[in-house]
Amino acid sequence: MSNPAKRRSVLGWLGAALAAVLLAGALPAGAHDEHGDHKVIAKGDKCVEDAAYMRRNHMKLLKHQRDETMHKGIRTTQYSLKNCIECHANPKTGSVASSKEDFCMGCHTYAAVKLDCFECHSTKPKAAGGTLHPIVAPSVQPEGTDKQSSLSGKMRWQMQANLASLNGGEGVK
Amino acid sequence: MSKMDNSRRLFIGAGAAATAGLVIAPGVTLLDLAHARPADEAASSAKRWGMLIDSSKCATGCNDCVAACGKENGVASTGHPETDPQWIRKVELKEIKTGTSHSLPMMCQHCAEPPCVDVCPTGASFKRADGIVLVDRHICIGCRYCMMACPYKARSFVHEEHEDQNPDVPRGKGCVESCTLCVHRIDRDQQPACVESCKEGAMLFGDLNDPNSEISKRIATYATTQVRADLGLNTGVRYQGI
Ligand code: SF4
Ligand code: SF4
Repeated sequence: MSNPAKRRSVLGWLGAALAAVLLAGALPAGAHDEHGDHKVIAKGDKCVEDAAYMRRNHMKLLKHQRDETMHKGIRTTQYSLKNCIECHANPKTGSVASSKEDFCMGCHTYAAVKLDCFECHSTKPKAAGGTLHPIVAPSVQPEGTDKQSSLSGKMRWQMQANLASLNGGEGVK
Repeated sequence: MSKMDNSRRLFIGAGAAATAGLVIAPGVTLLDLAHARPADEAASSAKRWGMLIDSSKCATGCNDCVAACGKENGVASTGHPETDPQWIRKVELKEIKTGTSHSLPMMCQHCAEPPCVDVCPTGASFKRADGIVLVDRHICIGCRYCMMACPYKARSFVHEEHEDQNPDVPRGKGCVESCTLCVHRIDRDQQPACVESCKEGAMLFGDLNDPNSEISKRIATYATTQVRADLGLNTGVRYQGI
């Protein structure tokens, strides 16, 4: 398996990332991406649209839904971020974006596309039982990220670390 | 985006069950469930959500509504009281001559003519069709004009990064926020968290447009006040006993 971290030129790396995104479109849930270590985490085996479509268009669906919900109070679940998180949260961290192992961060780190949804949105599904509130529920700390005090801090750090590893061939600590 | 049929059907199913539940348990006040709005239906101006607060029932020193709001919306102290956001606060009023005192919760009054919306340069501050005034954080640039415009000091700027938000209540650094009337709860036919928490029954939530709602009947029967009525903002939050 070729390791994209070894590639020095940014152009070459971008090409690899694009190829990875296109190839990975056909992967079934739970499979490993051959160009990265990241895993497709999902509860079910079928997404609300097919995987290839979601890879290219999830942001459009989310943005449309966001305006419908915010301004009109339409709360259908099919394309809601909350619903995505319910299904894609990593059983280990309970989150979609607390570490590079998680669903959203895995791909976004690999593709070096910053995402700021989680500056405000919770990365975790609503606590089971319905009576627990996130501020009192114990939070799961992902390993190796305790130096970063906030989620956005963690995300920025991970993005930078990953970029550094791609450019310099150094592994993320 | 036409694949909404399933969720609508599911929701109607749930609505029917809830209505049946009403018949079996007549003692429980779940009247609003009968008007459940399907998840795929937009909020409409047929309703105007409002609140009536009876300050003669509100207990001095009680902080239950503020605590419930904090818990529901994840508004907790960050350790910097000068800049901590406040969605709802308790206010003590004292008539200097007679010494009579009143206690009441104060929050966004959900004005029908909201100055915050007038001044917002981006369109982030807006009034939903059913009268709930909100900030769209996706658009807000954090300029804080609305904070200056609000006569009730109802809005706060978020100065700190947040995590572990309630998935229903996204909030983070750099935007202005205020009471949402618990819009996420209203949309699933629940009462705002503060109203539910008040043991004295000092807070009443309901539809100001429906003449048969409890809140409309009370407003038609008793003398109620809009704070700073002179401004002509037509507030959705009304007070009784002040
Ligand atoms: S009370 Fe203030 S924040 Fe609320 S709608 Fe009126 S002006 Fe806007
Ligand atoms: S702080 Fe945000 S909501 Fe308030 S006026 Fe500025 S852009 Fe509008």
